[in-house]
Amino acid sequence: MTDERPALLSIRGLSKRFGDTLAVDDVSIDIRPNEFFALLGPSGCGKTTLLRSIAGFEQPDTGTITMPAEDGRPEVDLCALPPERRPINLMFQSYALFPHMSVEKNIAYGLQREGLSKDEIRGRVTEVLETVDLTGKAKARPNQLSGGQRQRVALARAIVKRPRLLLLDEPLSALDRKVRAEMQLELKRLQHEVGITFVVVTHDQEEAMSMADRIAVMSQGRVEQLDTPVDLYQRPATTFVADFIGSSNAFHGERTTQGVSVPGLGDLPGIRVGEERPGAAVLVVRPEDVQLVDDGPALLSGTVIETQFFGGRSTVAIDVPGHDDPVRATAPGASSLQRGSAVRLTWAADKGVVLSPGG
Amino acid sequence: MRRLGWLNLPLWLTYVFLYVPIAVLVVMSFNASKTPFTWTGFSTRWYGELMSNELIREGFVNTMIVAIGATVLATVLGTLLAIGLNRYFRSALLEAYSLAPAIIPDLALAIGLLAFFALIGVTLGLHTVLLAHVVFGMAFVAAVVLARLGHTDPSLEEASRDLGAGPVSTFMRITVPSLMPAIVAGALLVFTLSLDEFVIAFFTNGPSTPTLPIVIYSMVRFGVTPEINALAALLLLVSFTVVISAQRITKLTDAL
Repeated sequence: MTDERPALLSIRGLSKRFGDTLAVDDVSIDIRPNEFFALLGPSGCGKTTLLRSIAGFEQPDTGTITMPAEDGRPEVDLCALPPERRPINLMFQSYALFPHMSVEKNIAYGLQREGLSKDEIRGRVTEVLETVDLTGKAKARPNQLSGGQRQRVALARAIVKRPRLLLLDEPLSALDRKVRAEMQLELKRLQHEVGITFVVVTHDQEEAMSMADRIAVMSQGRVEQLDTPVDLYQRPATTFVADFIGSSNAFHGERTTQGVSVPGLGDLPGIRVGEERPGAAVLVVRPEDVQLVDDGPALLSGTVIETQFFGGRSTVAIDVPGHDDPVRATAPGASSLQRGSAVRLTWAADKGVVLSPGG
Repeated sequence: MRRLGWLNLPLWLTYVFLYVPIAVLVVMSFNASKTPFTWTGFSTRWYGELMSNELIREGFVNTMIVAIGATVLATVLGTLLAIGLNRYFRSALLEAYSLAPAIIPDLALAIGLLAFFALIGVTLGLHTVLLAHVVFGMAFVAAVVLARLGHTDPSLEEASRDLGAGPVSTFMRITVPSLMPAIVAGALLVFTLSLDEFVIAFFTNGPSTPTLPIVIYSMVRFGVTPEINALAALLLLVSFTVVISAQRITKLTDAL
């Protein structure tokens, strides 16, 4: 997938060290105009440091962050600017609403710093309050608002500045489950409506998958894979990504031309992603791609350990002799399989992905 | 819940023990008699005499100069000290040292300051009392402001920078206002402490500028007069007002 539009934000060879730990390790990312981009990874993977470097609260040790020239605008070297002069706004994880100011004063704060006229400020504050559906709360103090309302004030305060790029640090983590689902849709709607490029940091893979156009999965300061949600899921580039996004069955063995040869289980089919390296390999198969077959050819056979019913689908755990972990298969609806019954498994060759171990 | 009637008794006895002396003082300040311990009738005479007492008026003016000056200086310096410690050091040891003047015995502080002033050759007067009160006042302000900083969101300042405010603007518009309840509470605390501070003022003062507590001390040496009762009652009023406003402002702090 290639996109020939010039990037809005270009990160090149960025590294940042805190004491002995390399928080960000040689990261290069291009963020495109108007996309919803997610930085996804477990805590401590460097995603927040990367975000704070873009906002200007961390100075990288090496590397550059630039906004390339576009539409007559000259190239901007962000690392040379203090946070208050970057055309970027950050929505903080804690929201960081000013407790001594009302909602409208919080929102007007950034516009006042730009030295805009009172009328223009009033107009833009009213407009953005409508956008986030908080018109009735203009005079309220932050401590009188619910978590979801505070989040929308924080968002309004950032987008009212009309930044070219909006950074969101774990925007939904402080909300409870139900509000979170609503706000996911809300954020996506707003991003379309205001036409600002969003970069969101999250540790929640479901959140990233449901909102983002593209996701950079990070681990230990490095970008493991940068792709669309669908490609990340179907074509994980490393075992870390396969494991972090969704659940998967992993089979360790030797690489062959058709897949992976697993000791005790035989040749298992799969397709290769990325570079070809002979030797040890891991075959990864998603549970929903594992089919339970009654007759005909099968790859593996085993016995059912347990079935779990999740409403729309059920997961069956199968003990396959010669394989340590149970193999998981997902089937739609309720499963009629009993514990102890013998089953045979197979999957289409293009559903298995062959990866290098430990990569 | 069943009421434990007789268990309330120690509580009420404690309150009697605490407040009867104060009540006696206030009642006796309205006593018409010249001897302070026998009641002969209601009068506001001693309050009148108090106003015309030159020595007391002078002491009061001196005390106000010291208290207001020390409050202003200690509040500014103590707040900056707290912010600096919080932002740049985060060391429990340094924090403890900054709070020490509030805890070490007044006598030790008084003798130390006297020795210090003598060493650098400063003549004693109201200015030395004022500086001495700034020393412990600063520690109290720093303690209150540090406590508030402990549960202030550090990203408030970053949010301000992110929205386009420079460091100075951020300090004036976000840092100071979000600490304001603690700063005011600290200032009121310093004011009440300075108002009736005796030991340190006694050591660091010159002979010609006595503060009110020193004036009272020298008057009491020749016997307690009803005038002193009236003066004490007035001081009580001032302290109560300040402490109650401090408490209300601290409550506002929690609301933020």
